[in-house]
Amino acid sequence: MSRTTLTQFVGRVLPPLAPMLIWTFGMELLVRKGIVDAWIIPAPFDVLASMWNDRSEIFAATGQTLISALAGLGFSFVIGSFVAVLLAAFPWFRRAFYPYAVFFQTVPIIALAPILVIWFGFGTPTVIASSFIVSVFPIIASTLLGLESTDPALVDLFRLYRAPRFQFLVKLKIPFALPQVFSGLRIAAGLAVIGAIVGEFIGGGGLGALVDAARSQQRIDKVFAAVLISSVLGVILVGSVNLLSAWVLGPWHASENKKL
Amino acid sequence: MSSAAGLKAHQVTRTFTEAGAVLDPISLAIQPGEFVSILGPSGCGKSTFLRMAAGLDHPTSGKLDVECPRTDPFRSFVFQESHLLPWSTVLRNVMLPLELMGIEKEEAKAKAANALKRVGLGDALKRFPAQLSGGMKMRVSVARALVTEPSFLLLDEPFSALDELNRHALQDELREIWETSRPTILFVTHSVSEAVFLSNRVIVFSKRPARLLLDTHVNLPDHREASLRTTAEFSRELKSIYSRVSYEEAPL
Repeated sequence: MSRTTLTQFVGRVLPPLAPMLIWTFGMELLVRKGIVDAWIIPAPFDVLASMWNDRSEIFAATGQTLISALAGLGFSFVIGSFVAVLLAAFPWFRRAFYPYAVFFQTVPIIALAPILVIWFGFGTPTVIASSFIVSVFPIIASTLLGLESTDPALVDLFRLYRAPRFQFLVKLKIPFALPQVFSGLRIAAGLAVIGAIVGEFIGGGGLGALVDAARSQQRIDKVFAAVLISSVLGVILVGSVNLLSAWVLGPWHASENKKL
Repeated sequence: MSSAAGLKAHQVTRTFTEAGAVLDPISLAIQPGEFVSILGPSGCGKSTFLRMAAGLDHPTSGKLDVECPRTDPFRSFVFQESHLLPWSTVLRNVMLPLELMGIEKEEAKAKAANALKRVGLGDALKRFPAQLSGGMKMRVSVARALVTEPSFLLLDEPFSALDELNRHALQDELREIWETSRPTILFVTHSVSEAVFLSNRVIVFSKRPARLLLDTHVNLPDHREASLRTTAEFSRELKSIYSRVSYEEAPL
């Protein structure tokens, strides 16, 4: 690594790292000195220690939450984009169902979760349903917006050559919508993790249940450990969507490539 | 382009809900193989007429017929901007019309490569639109229009966003295409010199709602080269049009 690339690397990595280091060591100091009570905010190194001591339990819970969130996000993507295509294609379908799609955005999931338990029982299906409900709307809304932002001149061009309806969708509308689909997916990815954890609070399993149990045992270090892991999980999911988006849109879309 | 298309417009009007009437009743006929320019001030309704000639819009009243012996999509349209598919390479963009018409891929590829060679882009097949200059993008757009060997080519101020060098080069190429293949061409522009250089007949529309102010033959040789723009006969034709259209009716 040459001197300039090293400087660049430090310049990029240091700014986001600095607040975390300051927080970690500062908090550690405040708790050790007794200025902040450990039962309000645990010492960061206690959190790390609890993460290590309960690693097998936390690891299993994280895997469970990840699978539920991925399944919820997967259902959201498949069902959400299919619904958006129908909404864009048929005005009557849109008038009939779009108001109900908005319902998914506004529903208080914490209130709905007990109903999900009645329907799906305790366990994974309830968690996946909760994750799906929370994450489906951004995908519907963004995909719909994307499908409707098609360049009207290109619509004319397709009409001029009498393109069949299916070609309109596959060769024009869907590719045009892709950047919007990804921005919806990015929002949905974070929400899918939240939805899964909320579902687990009521439906059991995963990091949600682990947080709930640790709270009732007054294990605040463990609560913090689980919360930390769950936000890392969200970041990983959103990051994966970003990678996918760069891979798909990379060669042509302005949002992914400024160099062209 | 063996079978060029003809156009007959009889008392054609077009009214929009918000903009109101954009065309006074317009009647005109275009013979197969003619190169006609429609001149007019911005927003006068010339583009609306062009869209109707392309079959993309329909008259509110009157009758507009385009006759052509061909039954496949025989019209091509070039827009004000290039409007390429950003996710497709240059070659795929030019193949598009043929693919939409259900033509087999290998054949489409060969024809597209050929059309691109014709506009001087034979070596840019694999590039993406974002990697091209404005002039090159417009060339791709012209190639996309030519690839179906249209009998009727419609262009809506296609070169107005280009710099003068590119504009002249593309005008020269378009004229050459007409000279070799003789499709019917309807070219909308607000530049008098562009209309005179390119076409054999110039039609002038008034301000909105558009009326036919002038319909005249251009007295220049059939074969035209870049140097024609600096000749006395070219300026004579320009003056003749300016002198016959009042600025109040059509500020050109």
